[in-house]
Amino acid sequence: MAKNIYEKIWEAHVVHEEPGQDSILYIDRHYVHEVTSPQAFEGLRLAGRKVRRPDLTFATMDHNIPTTDRSKPIEDPMSAQQVETLKANCAEAGVACFDMRDRRNGIVHVIGPELGLTQPGQTIVCGDSHTSTHGAFGALAFGIGTSEVEHVLATQTLLQKKSKTMEIRVNGALPHGITAKDIILAIIGKIGTAGGTGYVIEYTGDAIRSLSMEGRMTVCNMSIEAGARAGLISPDEKTFEYLKGREYLNGKSHDALAKQWATWASDAGCAYDRVVELDASEIEPQVTWGTSPGMVTGVTRTTPVLAEIGDGNTRHAAEKALKYMDLAEGVPIQKITINKMFFGSCTNGRIEDIRAAAKVVKGYKVSPSVEQALVVPGSQQVKLQAEAEGLDKVFKEAGFEWREAGCSMCLAMNADILQPGDRCASTSNRNFEGRQGKGGRTHLVSPAMAVAAAIKGHFVDIRDWKYN
Amino acid sequence: MKPFTTLTGIVAPLEALNVDTDQIIPKQFLKRIERTGYEDFLFFDWRFKPDGSPDPDFEMNAPRYLGASILLTKDNFGCGSSREHAPWALENYGFRCILAPSYADIFFNNCFNNGMLPIVLPANVIEQLFQEVRNQEGYSLTVDLPAQTITKPDGSTIAFEVDPFKKECLLNGWDQIGLTLRHEDKITAFEKTRG
Ligand code: SF4
Repeated sequence: MAKNIYEKIWEAHVVHEEPGQDSILYIDRHYVHEVTSPQAFEGLRLAGRKVRRPDLTFATMDHNIPTTDRSKPIEDPMSAQQVETLKANCAEAGVACFDMRDRRNGIVHVIGPELGLTQPGQTIVCGDSHTSTHGAFGALAFGIGTSEVEHVLATQTLLQKKSKTMEIRVNGALPHGITAKDIILAIIGKIGTAGGTGYVIEYTGDAIRSLSMEGRMTVCNMSIEAGARAGLISPDEKTFEYLKGREYLNGKSHDALAKQWATWASDAGCAYDRVVELDASEIEPQVTWGTSPGMVTGVTRTTPVLAEIGDGNTRHAAEKALKYMDLAEGVPIQKITINKMFFGSCTNGRIEDIRAAAKVVKGYKVSPSVEQALVVPGSQQVKLQAEAEGLDKVFKEAGFEWREAGCSMCLAMNADILQPGDRCASTSNRNFEGRQGKGGRTHLVSPAMAVAAAIKGHFVDIRDWKYN
Repeated sequence: MKPFTTLTGIVAPLEALNVDTDQIIPKQFLKRIERTGYEDFLFFDWRFKPDGSPDPDFEMNAPRYLGASILLTKDNFGCGSSREHAPWALENYGFRCILAPSYADIFFNNCFNNGMLPIVLPANVIEQLFQEVRNQEGYSLTVDLPAQTITKPDGSTIAFEVDPFKKECLLNGWDQIGLTLRHEDKITAFEKTRG
């Protein structure tokens, strides 16, 4: 019988199942970061347990670390303690840890693929909701809580119930100026932030196939914003080509690997529990106006008019969001001015994102009304690559700040934080109240849309941009 | 893990859709390496004014909801970040049970792993409960997990569904790692097949 990719991976990883109980699922890769792991390691110690497979566990520090000079110690004593705790826990357990001065350091969801750790057909977990990013490689990857991190450390398995599957098919060719970020924001706008709850999504269709691996990562990354457990894309030649020669694959025959990887792709004619279709030609550049990623619209549209929203709960939520965002009803998106810009995160902090943004920036300057415009590469390798291509200079000459890699203002756990009342165009994934700093207001957009807004001081339609 | 069997407690209303874990516990409190002591950080940005005093506009701050152990809220509760600090903060504050029409997936699992019971109820039942909670000071409910019922002050009951495996774990306070390790031989055998 024809099977979809989720069914194939699930079946290949069930260690044990009994009626009426969750299945025990084997985990191939466990990524660990400093924020969600200390209590898990402590739990192991208290129970006298050991890390079962340190060789399948990989740690990085990304959430707390400064994006300024790395040769200096971390100023915030609590952040420093968390980072030190991770290092000590990894040393004790024999787990590889990419310290903030290691050339392999970066955001966990950027370095997994970059190092070739993430591969098709794997099960991958991390105490971080955006683990769904790795689904771009045809891996079943999802975020877990700290109790589950402890469970995986101790057993290399997880108790799971099989999810339902949803196919999201994006048909047609992607119009000029439309990016992976616009696709996923449009999907969330369509199905809602809880639309994927209980499902694992497989993204299919010509528009998805046409995306690069980095674009696919952007799409899968925000599956969690659609409420899904995981999002994935069947592997193809692009997947294999991306992985060729990556650090953790060295010494293995690429052809043999590619042949094995190809077997994970969904079979023709396989079934899903639900199918959603979108037409790529209808997608505009997207901008969020509210405090949930589903509060999103096209750049040529306006903020909502409350009287036009039928459902009472939705209207109430929109009213509350507009108030927090300090926006009136029916305001054209392109009239919204910003005073900050954040470029980076596991959604859009990769080399192609930086290249696309640099093209927009070339020959322009950051608007005098924009007080801060941060460019934060997703990993040290991304940063070095961009510098080798001279892209850092393009940003610096235009008045952007070029920083060290990390999560930075995506969640503002380090010193990169919005002040109350700031309005920020952001390439990250969450526009929740206070996400980038208490009282800060976030508008989610694609990389090109973010830097264009920083240059003009307000949102513009990137499809009309004059490139130098 | 603390077992959960029955619970009688005051109900506190939180009327908002899509309450995300950044709201339940803001990031600045994720730097701690402990598992307890998060009660004062729960709903921090909503609960407290910038000067640190309780914000009277936040409904749950009303004295009538002090000591509440059941949280009543709306759709997609606990969306966003996977931080288990969110259920920790709710539990540390005193909540052991949540009533909502729907939850985000990771948060839902995290609750069970901390001896908490998130119950899914139809939207109209939730709306009705919001009304009753507000109309009657000291409104409390009894949640009976073995019987899968919620008893109202007037004696009427609401039935609810719960996953049988999760129910068993909660009732017994089972350590899931311990459960899995009963099958350690199977894990070892599985690892052998993959070289
Ligand atoms: S970049 Fe943002 S979303 Fe991604 S892992 Fe870091 S904090 Fe989470």
